[in-house]
Amino acid sequence: MTPCNERELLISVIAGLLDGCRHVAVGASSPVPGSAALLARHRTHGRLRVSILRSLRNNFFTNGGVELFDCAAQGRIDAFFLSGGQIDGAGNINLVGTGGYPQSEVRWSGSFGSAYLYFLVPRVILFREEHTRRVLVDKVDFISAPGTSPPNVPRRGGPYALVTNLALFEFDRARGRFALRSIHPGHGLEEVLDNTGFAFDRPEQVPPTPVPDEATLALLRGPIREEIAETYPEFAARAFAA
Amino acid sequence: MQQMIRADIDALVAGIADGTRLAIPANYAGVAMAATAALIRRGVRDLHLVCVPTSGLQADMLIGAGAVASVESSAVTLDEFGTGPRFVEAVRRGSIRLMDATCPAIHAALQAAQKGLPFMPLRGIIGSDLLNHRSDWKVIDNPFAEGEPIVLLPAIAPDVALFHAPLADREGNVWIGRRRELLTMAQASARTLVSVERIQEESLLDDERWAAGTLPALYVEGIAEVRKGAWPVGLWDSYGADGRVLAAYARAARSDEGFAAFMTDFLESGAPAEAAE
Repeated sequence: MTPCNERELLISVIAGLLDGCRHVAVGASSPVPGSAALLARHRTHGRLRVSILRSLRNNFFTNGGVELFDCAAQGRIDAFFLSGGQIDGAGNINLVGTGGYPQSEVRWSGSFGSAYLYFLVPRVILFREEHTRRVLVDKVDFISAPGTSPPNVPRRGGPYALVTNLALFEFDRARGRFALRSIHPGHGLEEVLDNTGFAFDRPEQVPPTPVPDEATLALLRGPIREEIAETYPEFAARAFAA
Repeated sequence: MQQMIRADIDALVAGIADGTRLAIPANYAGVAMAATAALIRRGVRDLHLVCVPTSGLQADMLIGAGAVASVESSAVTLDEFGTGPRFVEAVRRGSIRLMDATCPAIHAALQAAQKGLPFMPLRGIIGSDLLNHRSDWKVIDNPFAEGEPIVLLPAIAPDVALFHAPLADREGNVWIGRRRELLTMAQASARTLVSVERIQEESLLDDERWAAGTLPALYVEGIAEVRKGAWPVGLWDSYGADGRVLAAYARAARSDEGFAAFMTDFLESGAPAEAAE
């Protein structure tokens, strides 16, 4: 079997973070998280519910755009995915822009539902393929959604992990910091340190990220590729190895 | 009831004056692009856009055309084609007033207006810089739980809600299917104008199966029939987005000149028939 490619590895890493979830929701423009959620669903033999926004077959909401947020508020969504133009070491994410506000030099689309879902979804997985000091900064220019809150602020959700094209980090909510969990094959600690703009914890020996086994690769290249094609046809055509 | 149906799209948007607080839906919910072209052709000015809860091509074109004074939105995105380029440019120049929000805050503020309430509380947001730039959003102590802060959002009551839907009937009932935010938008707004792909003779309210997904004429002021009225944005249950045109826009609208050239073609042709091939 052809060895796993980078996208397949990321999908497999993210799927591993969804163990024990009952309902995973996936936002717009998220083909890798979407594929990971579908893979996790296969592993539970369909018991995991997956809601993919923009999908017809995998979207069960009938109450308009507000239902995702209401569903999260009711405690019915266990995991969701967010990204950031900037992500900092305290788990703060910036989807607004850099270089001042409101007259930002670099402006991104906006905060979407992040300032709400980050508080209400227990496992928010941060996914950003680009692992550079431009993205992973010491302190974000604008906090769209904060990584942690003071104890008097009601909050059951927040960052759970950060997945990039180099590594997997876990977020320690008590310490408000990331801890390096594993480094993807073909990359090393020096590279991770050189390209990360924030300080993080790490074990003495950082293990390599496990590559998906043959059964997982077969699932990805078969049923998952087909299922994600409904929402992301171009991604499905390119992302998976033969 | 017949007067509810307008002769054409220009007649429909005649009811949107300069300075209107205009509610518009997200890319996936039915965007009235033919109506937007008509507004730009007419030279509308000083709109206060309320994007429910985000917008894309529609807000970006209106901003580029100089029709917008302020934008209240959780994002301005052309989806896979990136952030709205005219929005980015207007932000850089400081030519629009920004009211950055988060999706559920816009939904909740419209729900407050829908219920005739002055404000709505919402979880989350505390610690976000959004709050520092929204002097109209307040944080209070939850009166039912001492020492626990909660955000209050003032009701959003737009002057006009404008959207596009697949189907209406002669009485002015509009089929909105699962896009229930359109009902909230319409009920929160003083007036609602809708373009539709098709107007049918039979009442949507005569059949329970249609009625459940119908915005009643009670909330609708005017309707106009226009085929491919969301193009080049897609319309649920009807047609997908025209990726070629959106990609061309995303490229062209990076410069003033490119945007002007694109708009000349768009406003002149604007013909969905051409897009249909």
